[in-house]
Amino acid sequence: MRWLLLRSLLEGPAVIDPPAPGADALAELATSLGDLSRRKLGRSLSIREVDAGSCNGCELEIHALNNPVYDVERFGIKFVASPRHADVLMVTGPVTWNMKQALERTYAATPAPKWVVAIGDCGLNCGVFAGGAAVVGPIASVIPVDLHIPGCPPTPLDMLKGLIALVDRMA
Amino acid sequence: MNAPAPAALNDLLQGDTAGRDGFARLRVDEPTWTRLAMGCAAGLHDLGAIWHDAGDVSMLLLDPRAGHRAIVSLATVAGAYPAVSRHHLPASRLERTLRDLGAGRPVGMPDPRNWIDHGVWPNAAPGQTNPRPDKSYEFLPIEGEGWHQIPVGPVHAGIIEPGHFRFTANGELVVRLEERLGYVHKGIEALAAGADIDKVARIAARISGDATVAYSFAFALAVEAALGWTPPPRATLLRGVMAELERLSHHINDVGFICNDASVVALQARCAILREDILQVAARCFGHRLMMDRIVPGGVAADLPADGAAAIETCLKRCETDFAAVMRVYDNSPSLLDRTVTTGVVRPELAARFAAGGHVGRASGRAFDARRNFPYAPYGEVDFAVATRRAGDVDARVWVRVDEVHSSIAIIRDLLARLTPGPITTPRPVAQGPAVGAAMVESFRGDVFIHVRLDADGKVARLHARDPSCFQWPLLEAAIEGNIVADFPLCNKSFNCSYSGHDL
Ligand code: SF4
Repeated sequence: MRWLLLRSLLEGPAVIDPPAPGADALAELATSLGDLSRRKLGRSLSIREVDAGSCNGCELEIHALNNPVYDVERFGIKFVASPRHADVLMVTGPVTWNMKQALERTYAATPAPKWVVAIGDCGLNCGVFAGGAAVVGPIASVIPVDLHIPGCPPTPLDMLKGLIALVDRMA
Repeated sequence: MNAPAPAALNDLLQGDTAGRDGFARLRVDEPTWTRLAMGCAAGLHDLGAIWHDAGDVSMLLLDPRAGHRAIVSLATVAGAYPAVSRHHLPASRLERTLRDLGAGRPVGMPDPRNWIDHGVWPNAAPGQTNPRPDKSYEFLPIEGEGWHQIPVGPVHAGIIEPGHFRFTANGELVVRLEERLGYVHKGIEALAAGADIDKVARIAARISGDATVAYSFAFALAVEAALGWTPPPRATLLRGVMAELERLSHHINDVGFICNDASVVALQARCAILREDILQVAARCFGHRLMMDRIVPGGVAADLPADGAAAIETCLKRCETDFAAVMRVYDNSPSLLDRTVTTGVVRPELAARFAAGGHVGRASGRAFDARRNFPYAPYGEVDFAVATRRAGDVDARVWVRVDEVHSSIAIIRDLLARLTPGPITTPRPVAQGPAVGAAMVESFRGDVFIHVRLDADGKVARLHARDPSCFQWPLLEAAIEGNIVADFPLCNKSFNCSYSGHDL
């Protein structure tokens, strides 16, 4: 254990340089947030992740956001265990009928002001699952969405740029 | 009349030869079907899958010792057929799924509750003819004093897939876990029906995104078998490299998460860096971090760049040294071992009865690995040992994964050394009428099974996918019995079952 900890000290951080906020994300937020964007959250965001029907590919990359390389917490962004502690819901997947109620309830349980980030091609337009009988539709068809981060799955860097844009707009 | 006796696949198969895909196909009558179902319960062979297609019900039976695998089909009477679960309980959720999603009607199911159909779909699933359930769902009753229940999910506290767990406990001690799944059911099999091969390949790659390489691999093999299509040798070797990189990334990551659940965060950080390293190399070599859509019917969609092998080797070296350091700490930390040793035990008899694949089966003595028992290219020419343990606890599952990390590294080196320049795809042969093909591929979590039926124009008429989790989820219920609530995350992570692959 000592060896590992010592190495961590000697090697220096694994973290990458902070990326600039995503241009697409800034443009979408400019319209979706409007006046709300001036609300001060002190550059801190608590995110509750909700899988509303994903294939789990997006979850893997959201996990990667928390690894020492992307280290999302250094931007004041933190994943929390309950929607009651969250400012942002980060939702993945096409919304399945079997998850619709759970997603609506999670949204209702999140205190205002709240924002929704839809992750992945599925979150945007259901991706390859579009038209499935068991699928309700994209996330915006069930709850209001402020920011889309497309990709299948989006890379952690794409997500980081989108989230930094969100923090920037609200700081 | 005498009671029917269990029948063994091995006796029935005399003289039947396997098809191009390595699966024998048998058509049986009702009494033989039932005797084979009883054979599963008697341990004469393993049950691998059950599905309904165009009036027939089929089951996949495996006899790994004799090297046999067969798809046994029975003509149903308007969907009705004798339920396998009546004799062999591991079939229960498979048959509840089959009944919820289509026109099959298993008769005599011991547990007829709905499973995937939660009663909220606006329309019946395409082809669903059975009566729809209502929203209410009866969990198993609890009798006696002092019990309380802890409902968890479908939205969990971590960043994981949705499912509902109902714990019954007395204080900290769990006496029963009952799972309820189906929340991420997207109707994958129905979406695939009637679609062309390229579209279904993309859907298959997203059945369970964490095993995307394995699913694409299995789908490609099944289609290739149906069409008599042979991928070029270079593609075959690259498929193996991708499959092993995927396995490596998950095993290392999951070991990290198990340590994290025991609050040893430094180890998880190390493992997460290694995983990130592997994904970056995958992106550099194959153009996608998870290598999604990189295995396609007929070959692979991305060739290894000239400096690819060297980049992979650098990554493998780092995995070797750093993961060894992680495991040294693991093995020398009593506080960690206290959480993993004797926690979440799956008895070998149970793993055998459920024919549990992957590390869940192998940590409980079931020495099954599709790469070894039913080798597919390139694994026929690859030498590696199937790691097994018998303790069946979280610790045993960790060590099986560690052994597999080592064997994956060796396999990747072996495959890379054999790469020669050449094409990476072959053109698709013209479909010669309707055809079927099946394949079994070892994903990081166990054997993935895919069956396809192609119509006369080469479109997919029916896709059936069976995730290894189908036979692992029930064992998680058994593993947690008698453990404390706080150990559930460790048990769960040591299994790492798929929700999406199970729910389809
Ligand atoms: S966007 Fe892609 S990776 Fe994400 S859930 Fe959909 S299919 Fe999976």
